[in-house]
Amino acid sequence: MKPLTNAVSYLTGQLRQIGLFIALIVIVLFFQITTAGITLAPINVTNLIVQNSYILILAVGMVMIIIAGHIDLSVGSVVAFIGAMAGVMISQWHLPWPLAVVFCLVLGALVGAWQGYWVAYFGIPAFIVTLAGMLVFRGAAQIALGNQQISFFPKEFRSIGSGFLPAFGTSGYEPLTLILGLLAAAAIVATSVRQRLVRRKYDLEDEPLWWFILKLLFLVALVLTVTLLLASYNGTPIVLIILGVLVVGYTAVMNRSVFGRHIYAIGGNLAAAALSGVKTKRVTFLLFINMGVISAIAGLVFTAGLNLASPSAGNGFELDAISAVFIGGAAVTGGIGTVPGAIIGGLIIGVLNNGMSILGVDSDYQQLIKGLVLLAAVAFDVFNKRRSVGS
Amino acid sequence: MSNTILEMRNISKTFPGVKALQDVSISIEEGSVHAICGENGAGKSTLMKVLSGVYPHGSFEGEIVLNGEPVEFRSINDSEAAGIVIIHQELALSPYLSIAENIYLGNERERGGWIDWNETNLEAGKLLARVGLHDNPITKIKDIGVGKQQLVEIAKALSKEVKILILDEPTAALNDDDSAHLLDLIRQLQSHGITSIIISHKLNEIKAIADRVTIIRDGRTIETLEMRGDGASEDRIIKGMVGRDVASRFPDHVPHIGEELLRIEDWTVHHPLDRSRKVVDGANLNVRAGEIVGIAGLMGAGRTELAMSVFGRSYGVDISGQVYKRGEPISVNTVSKAIEHGIAYSTEDRKHYGLNLIDNIQRNISIAALDKLVDWLKFVNEHKERIVAEGYRKTMNIKTPNVSTLTGKLSGGNQQKVVLSKWMYADPDVLILDEPTRGIDVGAKYEIYTIIDRLADAGKGIIVISSELPELLGICDRIYTLSEGRITADVPREKATAEYLMQFMTQEREKTTE
Repeated sequence: MKPLTNAVSYLTGQLRQIGLFIALIVIVLFFQITTAGITLAPINVTNLIVQNSYILILAVGMVMIIIAGHIDLSVGSVVAFIGAMAGVMISQWHLPWPLAVVFCLVLGALVGAWQGYWVAYFGIPAFIVTLAGMLVFRGAAQIALGNQQISFFPKEFRSIGSGFLPAFGTSGYEPLTLILGLLAAAAIVATSVRQRLVRRKYDLEDEPLWWFILKLLFLVALVLTVTLLLASYNGTPIVLIILGVLVVGYTAVMNRSVFGRHIYAIGGNLAAAALSGVKTKRVTFLLFINMGVISAIAGLVFTAGLNLASPSAGNGFELDAISAVFIGGAAVTGGIGTVPGAIIGGLIIGVLNNGMSILGVDSDYQQLIKGLVLLAAVAFDVFNKRRSVGS
Repeated sequence: MSNTILEMRNISKTFPGVKALQDVSISIEEGSVHAICGENGAGKSTLMKVLSGVYPHGSFEGEIVLNGEPVEFRSINDSEAAGIVIIHQELALSPYLSIAENIYLGNERERGGWIDWNETNLEAGKLLARVGLHDNPITKIKDIGVGKQQLVEIAKALSKEVKILILDEPTAALNDDDSAHLLDLIRQLQSHGITSIIISHKLNEIKAIADRVTIIRDGRTIETLEMRGDGASEDRIIKGMVGRDVASRFPDHVPHIGEELLRIEDWTVHHPLDRSRKVVDGANLNVRAGEIVGIAGLMGAGRTELAMSVFGRSYGVDISGQVYKRGEPISVNTVSKAIEHGIAYSTEDRKHYGLNLIDNIQRNISIAALDKLVDWLKFVNEHKERIVAEGYRKTMNIKTPNVSTLTGKLSGGNQQKVVLSKWMYADPDVLILDEPTRGIDVGAKYEIYTIIDRLADAGKGIIVISSELPELLGICDRIYTLSEGRITADVPREKATAEYLMQFMTQEREKTTE
């Protein structure tokens, strides 16, 4: 019985990590049953990804801001502003769409620099600066559009939000998606094994082999399942590629880059970070520029996906992104949180939205349920922390 | 013989996985000053939390007998009703409320649900007079110093008709004057029949004030020593605390002093909120390779301010003066420049300025020198980082199974070792150590001194700031005295005695009429 008790105690230690994942799976299975299989139907899985992509993209930037101990309430308005500017550039100034995309990203950086300046160098709390930004950029979006909507974007631009990688083959499983899925699975296996070997070499391994294999098998199975589902419908959504690059890139940045370390250090103890030589103001400034660019990406994806630049776009996105981050285990006081956590948090919200819509749950009840889920997730976190302090 | 007012019998308290107290018994005489001594983590604070009802009756074994009657405290309110009041090390006052409001916080003078301000302020004034504080009761807490705040806490205790006053490290944050005043006050309260229980690290104070001292080690009572009359010596108490004879509290060290590393000339710093006030005034000092230089000064003399202003202008405004490294003028305008020039500053306040308590040991050690661990993409090599951190864990004897432990879970001594490891890995030429042994128990202090000696032997220049003169006398090759922001003397080891230094530390500015 000894190995079993060891295994149980190891898993309890990992509860925080796997708990979130289990919650997501339970929610998916619940809707899979109650919607009689619609939830995991290929077309719905594709929809889930496409319709939640901008929230997930925002969550990646938001988790970094929250880890640093700040908050950004302006992202929804920035999404609208960037969408509006994309519309103006393409349909009124007749710029080629790739140029407009580049300009929009630069504009996002400028928006971030503007807010970052006030937070980092002027010392105004981010809550205030971005609350102001929420109004300013909503207003700017309305002014840019003259309270009109702009529709009819070029097809290539629209594909950023709603397009798919070119499909080969006519029926059955789409081969390019299968290849990409297999490559992704292979990459996961290769990096995991390599990391484990390096840790073994330095004699730093503390993860049991059975758990390593279990986790790896599970991840691979997950990736391949999603691949098959996507391949049997339209193939790989382009937003999934954008999202994948952002998640992998920023996970590495947060875990291993000096910039990422400095963000955790600032959020954990600002004064101690400053006295350790971390350029706290510059890191904060760069962080907001980064958030501006990510908001711009979300704005482009959203506008392209709907084929519509509207002054009311992105309303309430900031709250979804912030909820995703906190459901994903980030601490309100900063210093704690992860990019994958925020993504899972965002998926939980996305699956809830999607599932409840399919079930025809009244939108009032949807709000209520989402609110309770957020509260429950954070309560679970607090409970977990208290338990670990007690022991 | 006086009566026993309080007895704690066979107290045991278990936290999941840890026995914090085992069979602790202690008896306190009415009207006495009873000290409790022990290394950090010995269980002193836990015992006091049991006594004051923070840990309610039933969450521990054993019994508490007050005036011959067994009592069961379910909360702090119960213990306070019985006349037992605890004053914690970190004062629990609200900075933006007045002295009077703080004294009656949770115990308001009210009439029909409305606060009676006249009575509040009048009664508060009387209590303040009893503790020898002459400030207006409507003064806000943030506007008085720590020493006075401590007195307000005692006034608050008096307002609750205190019979047994528990003071947890009452003088840890006080200067010598304020400490002396506080000890006087405790004696005065004693003459009015109030019993005091004092937890303290400062043995000279215990020697000065306590009637008896109980020593706790590893959650057990070791012994209770009589202190009246000749009583037990400081070394005798230390022996009880660490469980061995301390031949010397300081390691033997023969200095090997080389060339000058750092020189600070005509350094002047103004107060950030009051630009006309000079916190540091024309200070000149230097440190050579292999040398341990002390800075002695009373609280408010500008010791920390001097160090932090040199370390990347982390304190103060309108800073003037020049810093030289090996004779070359250097700029220390930002912390990163100071670090690049080989200067490190280890803070007096580890929890607020030294460590990221919610991150692990490994990441705390590497944060000041991440550049040593990165590849061309500026990505940190975590494996190398871990090996570095493990290396420090072993050589510095940080007591934890591995470097994944969060620093917030370590004891004060181990936290200090993490801070020192961080700066050792940054490999500076000059280390400024501000109160390196504050809040650290005797055994760990010796280890820290050994590390300081080792750093000096490696050719580094060390500046030690400390409010404990015996510490400076024990480890420094040379001591500067600081008074009102000015360096008043540069005393070599041979000439340094506590009395000699104190003379310069208290030297007042000559009044000039210009």
